[in-house]
Amino acid sequence: MTDLAVRTPVKGRSLWGDAWGRLRANRAAVVSAVYLCVMIIACVAGPWISPHGFSTIYQDYVRVPPSFKPYPADDTIEKSLEGAASRARVEIAEWREEGESVVARVTSSKTIDERITRYFDRTSAFENATAESRSPDGMQLTIRAQIERHRFLFGTDNVGRDLLTRTLIAGRVSLAIGLLAGLVAVIIGVLYGATSGFLGGRVDEVMMRIVDILYSLPFIFFVIMLVVFFGRNFVLMFLAVGAVLWLDMARIVRGQTLSIKRQEFVQAADALGVTQSGILRRHIIPNTLGPVVVYMTLLVPQVIILESFLSFLGLGVQEPMSSWGVLIAHGAKNIGTANWLLIFPSFFLTTTLFALNFIGDGLRDALDPKDR
Amino acid sequence: MPGEEAILQVRNLSVRFRTMDGIVEAVRDANFSVAARETVAIVGESGSGKSQMMMAVMGLLAQNGYAQGLADYRGVDLLKLTPRQLNHIRGRKITMIFQEPMTSLDPLYTIGDQLTEPIIRHQALSGGEAFDRAIELLDLVRIPEARRRMRSYPYELSGGQRQRVMIAMAIANNPDLLIADEPTTALDVTIQAEILALLEDLQKRLGMGLVFITHDLGIVRRIADRVCVMQSGKIVEQGATERIFTSPAHPYTRMLLEAEPEGRKQPPPKGSPTVLEGRRIRVSFSIGGGLLAPPPLELRAVDDVSISLRRGQTIGIVGESGSGKSTLARALLKLLPSEGIIRFAGRDLADLDRAAMRPLRRELQIVFQDPFGSLSPRLTAGQIVSEGLLVHEPSLSAADRDRRAAQALAEVQLDPSLRNRYPHEFSGGQRQRIAIARAIILKPKVVVLDEPTSALDRQVQKQIVALLRDLQDAHELSYLFISHDLKVVHAMADHVIVMKDGKVVEEGDTQRIFDEPHHPYTMRLMAAALSGEAVPDTPQSADETRTFPLTR
Amino acid sequence: MLGYVVRRFFSAIPTLFLIVTISFFVMRIAPGGPFNQEKGLNPIVKANLERQYSLDQPLWKQYLDYLNDLLHGDLGPSYVLPDFTVAELFRAGLPISIQLGASALILALLVGGALGVIASLKQNEPSDYSVIALATAGSTIPTFVIAPLLQLTFGLAFAWLPVGGWGGGGLSHKILPIITLALPQMAIVARLMRGSMIESLRSHHIRTARALGLSDLSVIVKHALRGAILPIVSYAGPAAAALITGSIIVETIFSIPGIGRYFVEGALNRDYTLVMGTVVVIAVFTILFNLIVDILYATIDPRVRYD
Repeated sequence: MTDLAVRTPVKGRSLWGDAWGRLRANRAAVVSAVYLCVMIIACVAGPWISPHGFSTIYQDYVRVPPSFKPYPADDTIEKSLEGAASRARVEIAEWREEGESVVARVTSSKTIDERITRYFDRTSAFENATAESRSPDGMQLTIRAQIERHRFLFGTDNVGRDLLTRTLIAGRVSLAIGLLAGLVAVIIGVLYGATSGFLGGRVDEVMMRIVDILYSLPFIFFVIMLVVFFGRNFVLMFLAVGAVLWLDMARIVRGQTLSIKRQEFVQAADALGVTQSGILRRHIIPNTLGPVVVYMTLLVPQVIILESFLSFLGLGVQEPMSSWGVLIAHGAKNIGTANWLLIFPSFFLTTTLFALNFIGDGLRDALDPKDR
Repeated sequence: MPGEEAILQVRNLSVRFRTMDGIVEAVRDANFSVAARETVAIVGESGSGKSQMMMAVMGLLAQNGYAQGLADYRGVDLLKLTPRQLNHIRGRKITMIFQEPMTSLDPLYTIGDQLTEPIIRHQALSGGEAFDRAIELLDLVRIPEARRRMRSYPYELSGGQRQRVMIAMAIANNPDLLIADEPTTALDVTIQAEILALLEDLQKRLGMGLVFITHDLGIVRRIADRVCVMQSGKIVEQGATERIFTSPAHPYTRMLLEAEPEGRKQPPPKGSPTVLEGRRIRVSFSIGGGLLAPPPLELRAVDDVSISLRRGQTIGIVGESGSGKSTLARALLKLLPSEGIIRFAGRDLADLDRAAMRPLRRELQIVFQDPFGSLSPRLTAGQIVSEGLLVHEPSLSAADRDRRAAQALAEVQLDPSLRNRYPHEFSGGQRQRIAIARAIILKPKVVVLDEPTSALDRQVQKQIVALLRDLQDAHELSYLFISHDLKVVHAMADHVIVMKDGKVVEEGDTQRIFDEPHHPYTMRLMAAALSGEAVPDTPQSADETRTFPLTR
Repeated sequence: MLGYVVRRFFSAIPTLFLIVTISFFVMRIAPGGPFNQEKGLNPIVKANLERQYSLDQPLWKQYLDYLNDLLHGDLGPSYVLPDFTVAELFRAGLPISIQLGASALILALLVGGALGVIASLKQNEPSDYSVIALATAGSTIPTFVIAPLLQLTFGLAFAWLPVGGWGGGGLSHKILPIITLALPQMAIVARLMRGSMIESLRSHHIRTARALGLSDLSVIVKHALRGAILPIVSYAGPAAAALITGSIIVETIFSIPGIGRYFVEGALNRDYTLVMGTVVVIAVFTILFNLIVDILYATIDPRVRYD
């Protein structure tokens, strides 16, 4: 056999390349992917950037509605002043706004200790209160304080915490659990399904029968039992959530593995003498990857919903941590009086779920276009 | 007979599809006609548009397809009718039967239900009258125990029987024209012959016109009065059958006729050693069973078969579906568990486990039927071809492997610079070449070819056959050539084994088997395959054994 | 056919057994019994209580006793509400939950199925797109988001319906809970049915029916639909399970005294018998339901009967 001059080979267009092209053309999926990235960045970086801490309590601003205009609104300044004054046991004779400060003249029947400025500092509305001038008899004090401006774009909750920051930080928890528990579900499902499919025969029958039984039971009851009785352990939550949702993944992987095993290219590999691990590596796994990836993106929203569900019932994430489910639970209890508590977290949760679903659908269409 | 008035006249028919890649033309400007009692065959390879043309006439195009032109049935332009109006003609005056008998019947209704439905729909008969008529029809299409069969479900019938039921449904209302779209392609060759005989008979009795779409020239020669040859959507030639076969005008027609496999294989020289041997091979499968279920059925796929392959020889294994020929080949290669003795080059393979078998694998290779399914979709052609080297010559560097892959591809006459392409970027014939390259790169002694050309067009088949011959000469290969296509076997093999239901029915020298078959089954097979004849008075034994038992 | 039914029935029994056993042992192994919650309980009183409820017996004996009681229909007393037995609580709550669940299931199957069929017939037209959009929305938005939103809209903003409560079973009190419960399943069924119908309409035997000139009605309803229904029937089992799950949320938010709510409260209060009772009842119900579904499937598809 003569040695041929090997010309530079032509580049091929793999199935992955095809799929990528189709995915990029899918507008809904691309938009969703961008949205998801923005959401992740917002939830991760947002709480650091935000002027509010997620557990900082503003006593004066309990349950204030969302607003672009900063607080304190004009009508609340007076209330805050009076509140501070009454705690300091003085009275406000007059006050006026001067730019970003407020100047108030307080009176009392007794001499006023200059340290009452502390009472003004402690309110959420004022800071750096100083005593400007004093009447000779000490019963009048002019206090100058800077107005502390706070914006609560999403309003505040029942305790007085900024809802925007809390929503973002809750997002960290929800998304993290979504991805991590989703990963757990995927790993369990893939291992189980691949083993069942690869081994085949009796083992496969038994393993799948178990899945069938579990699939038609409201598994959630067992999860709740576990979570309640074994304590509110964060790790346990991951496992419990993952443990409920691996069933579909197992089925899909097993189905794929079985159908690939039957394909003639696997038999050809057998005829070549390829080892079992070689067949797994080169033939089975690359061909199963597609559906696994697709399903994972559809799994993550299910995980997030499940975690939110548990949190909603009070069985999930505990204070001071929060997740979207917890926030929504609070919001649900306050409809009619503080609707923003429900609407903002619901919006975040729902749009994230939509985005994940569109990406999942897009991936499915991209990897197997006739599978509509 | 030609000369009678035309029932259907097709003029300037074009069929187009709106696809994501633009408008695709399936049929271009077709013109032909059919008269009463006339059989017109429409011949072409896959993609020629022959099916789409008749689907357009019947108004059965997919949603994204549309037809232009004229399809005149007794003065009515079928293409201009609404679906409602078409429904008065379809099933009554013009009917169509399709290629896939296994899926063309509704699995959820009984035969009786499905058969009476078109009768009731188109004729004003009562349920009882329709029932009787249905039984008549089942008798007409030679389904035994018609009355009991009315209560059967499709899954209880074999492919051939389902096709008969389909035919019964089609002729139930005495149509003027029957369109048959490759009705026998999916059936075994002996059943094919019976169905063809049935159609001919029915045509004579009912005086229908028959349009027969096929790619099989043997069938055309047997039953057609006139032929239309199609290529890439156009009718390139048409005329009386005799004329077309004896003096074809168009180059494409000539090419089709010449694509019949030819040549003969000389037997290997006396004294050449036996390379692969099987003694009393048995392969069984058990179906069903499991907890709380009826006990499993034992299926003997290969029953006591012995075979002996010598160096340089090609043994052809023929048989119909279910004969066990593929199973036998895989058992010999130890791809399936089996009982019996298997020897390669004198060495006993029975006790070898997977690891022990590995070094021997390079000597025993296999090429499958489906060129797409047998290539791993996510590997490049080069990787597919060189995978064997990873196992058997692991010391080779990647560059060496690449070079060997290129060499192998060149040897199967494929451009080596394409080796970084993926299977879906090649045609069927090219993929089969890749599969062959994969087999021969290891320089094996024995290659099992399991229906290697059955999924290919005639033209491509011819090339592959030539390639296989060249390779055999160049490398002193021994082939086990499995096929249901007797013509190819005749050209490729020097020794033939005929199998049926897992057993060897007859074997011997190719010429002898073809010229003077001894066993009745062999005779039937030869008659059906070579001349399309159904040997008369044979019971439908082939059909019956494959049926599920009648229930209740 | 009879053999199929019998076989299915017998394979359900070990499943039930397994569930009861697992639940029992999980609960007993978990730390914290029902009487550990209450602080400052005199140890002697605690011991007495435990003896009364047989909690001082060895585990395997408790298990056998429980099984025995179960077979006699005795689900035990509620630990936390000592005036009631579990069975009594269920007798009150079960009918309510079943009413809601069954109505929701029927609504989901009928409306979802109808929408799916319509969408499949009008593929790629506006009505198809709207069905797909609604279905996506319905199956993505979680129940615990939909419920309060519906309460907000119809209960408060428009004030057409009561915000919650059972109100003795009045229709107006049932509407929102049933719709909330049904919505996600309706969405899933619609998508399933659409996909299934499209497949069915593309199948070869539909082509045959058309070629034989059968009417559109016959083709769609008699032939295409019957085949398309099979995946929906298969889904009915998991759908029922999902509805049971969903009932927990719905009953909590709408303050409905059904067994879903009992379950959550029981879980939070470590009321062993109540939780066990719920699990057993739910398991029995689900298995029975699946059995019926399997039989229904076999009635429609004759090929399955020889499985």
